[in-house]
Amino acid sequence: MGAEKEKLKFAFYWASSCGGCEVAVLDINEKILDVLEIADIVFWPVAMDVKYKDVEAMADKSIDVCFFNGGVRNSEQEHVAKLLRKKSKFLVAFGACAQLGGIPGLANVSNREEIFKRVYDEMPSTKNPEVVRPKTRTEVKEGELTLPEFYDTLKTLDQTVEVDYYLPGCPPPVKLIANAVEAIATGKLPPKGAILAPNRAVCDECPRTREEKKISEIKRIYELTPNTEECLLEQGIICMGPATRAGCEAQCIDANMPCTGCGGPPPNALEQGAAMMSALSSVLGLNEEKNSDYDAQKMINQIKDPLGTFYKYSLAHSIFRRKVMNK
Amino acid sequence: MKKFEPKIIGFLCNWCAYAGADLAGVSRFQYPPNVRIIRVMCTGRVDPAFIIEAFKEGADGVLVAGCHTPADCHYIAGNFKAERRVLLLRKVLKQFGIEPERLRLEWISAAEGDKFARVVTEMVDDLKKLGPNPLKT
Ligand code: SF4
Ligand code: FES
Repeated sequence: MGAEKEKLKFAFYWASSCGGCEVAVLDINEKILDVLEIADIVFWPVAMDVKYKDVEAMADKSIDVCFFNGGVRNSEQEHVAKLLRKKSKFLVAFGACAQLGGIPGLANVSNREEIFKRVYDEMPSTKNPEVVRPKTRTEVKEGELTLPEFYDTLKTLDQTVEVDYYLPGCPPPVKLIANAVEAIATGKLPPKGAILAPNRAVCDECPRTREEKKISEIKRIYELTPNTEECLLEQGIICMGPATRAGCEAQCIDANMPCTGCGGPPPNALEQGAAMMSALSSVLGLNEEKNSDYDAQKMINQIKDPLGTFYKYSLAHSIFRRKVMNK
Repeated sequence: MKKFEPKIIGFLCNWCAYAGADLAGVSRFQYPPNVRIIRVMCTGRVDPAFIIEAFKEGADGVLVAGCHTPADCHYIAGNFKAERRVLLLRKVLKQFGIEPERLRLEWISAAEGDKFARVVTEMVDDLKKLGPNPLKT
C-alpha cells in the first residue's frame, strides 16, 4: 500500500434533478474501474451509506473533486452545496440542472404557493381533503419533526456557491465525463470556471446538410417525420442546435429529433434564450419579408411557448432567472 | 412620493433613427428627457440579450428604432431581422411577467425628427400609465 500513489477522493451528490446524472456516472461502464483505480469515493448517497454528519466531520478541502448534480430547490440542498463546497478542492457542476437549473428550473415561471397548490390540492391523482401541506416544523407527541424549506426560486449551483468546473448535458455525455476524469487524474485541468466541453455549437458537430437557412413555416415534431439528411431547422422544426454548446455529438439529431438545448448557451452568448431568438428570427420569413403581404407578427405567432422552448434547460440561468414574482 | 419618471433605453441605428434623433435636436423639437440613447450600426445588431439586460437593470421601457422597411436598411435586411426579434421577445417578455408594451419598435428616417420626438413623447406617456418596471418593485 505504502508505495502506491495516494488515491484521490471523489464525492457525488444528487440535488434537484431526475437522477439521470447518477445513471450517467454508471454509463461510463468499465471506465468506472479506471475511476476506482485513481479515486476512492467518500460520499455518494445514491450508492453508499454515508451520512451528512460524516461529511461534516471531514477536514476542509479533504475531498479532491465533488461532482454535484441538480439545482438548489430547498434548504437541504443549499446546506449540502455549502458543505461540499467547504470540503472539496474542486466542485464540478455536473449536468444541465446544476449548471443551468435544467427542467426543474422551468418551475421558475411559478412559485412555492402555486406549486404546492397544484401538487397538494389540484392534482387529479391527489386526495387531500384536509389540504395538508408540507411544513418545515410539525409538532407531534413524540416531539418536533422538520422538513427542508422549499424555495420559490430554483437556483443553479453557481448562484449558491462558487463552482470550479461545469460538465454540461442532460445528462453529460460519457465522453465528456471520461475526458474530465482523465484531466483530473493527470492534473491537466483547464483554468477555473471552464466548461468541460468543446467551444462550439451543436450545429458544428451535426452531420446534416445545410443550404442557406430560410424557413417559412414552423412545424412541430409530431406533425411530420423529418427526412434524415437535411438540417431540421431548414425543414421547419425548431432545433436548438445553433444556440447550444456542443459535446453531445448531435445524438438527438442522429435519432431524428431536434436539439432541445441541454448543453446550455454556446460560447460567447449572454444567454441561451436570446441566442435562439436571434438565430430563429434571422431565418424565419427570409423568403417572404420583401413581399407586400408579408406579416411579421403572423410569422412569429407560429412559435408556440417560446419561453418553454428556448429556455427549456436554462431558465434559472437566464438573465431574468425567473418570472416576475406574483405579489 | 416622487413622481414616476420612466427610464427608457433607446437602441438607434446609426444611419436612420440616430440621425432622426439628431435632427429632432437641431430642429429644437421638444420631447421628454427620459430616453438614454445607445447608437448601434444597425437594428440588426441588437441582440435580444441587450434588451433583456436593459430590463434586468431597471429600464422601464426599451425603444428599438431603425430604417424603414422594406428598403432603407443600410445592411439590406437588418431591420427585418430586428422586427422579428422584437416581436418574438415581446412574447417571451409576456411569459416572464413583463408587459410587452414596454418594448417598442419604430422605423424613423433621418428626415423624421418630428417622428422621433412624437414616439418618445408617446412612449413616456404610455409608460407613466403602465407604472415602473415590475422587476424593480
Ligand atoms: S439546426 Fe439542428 S439539424 Fe440543423 S445543423 Fe444545427 S443541430 Fe443540425
Ligand atoms: S442600418 Fe438602420 S436598420 Fe439597418
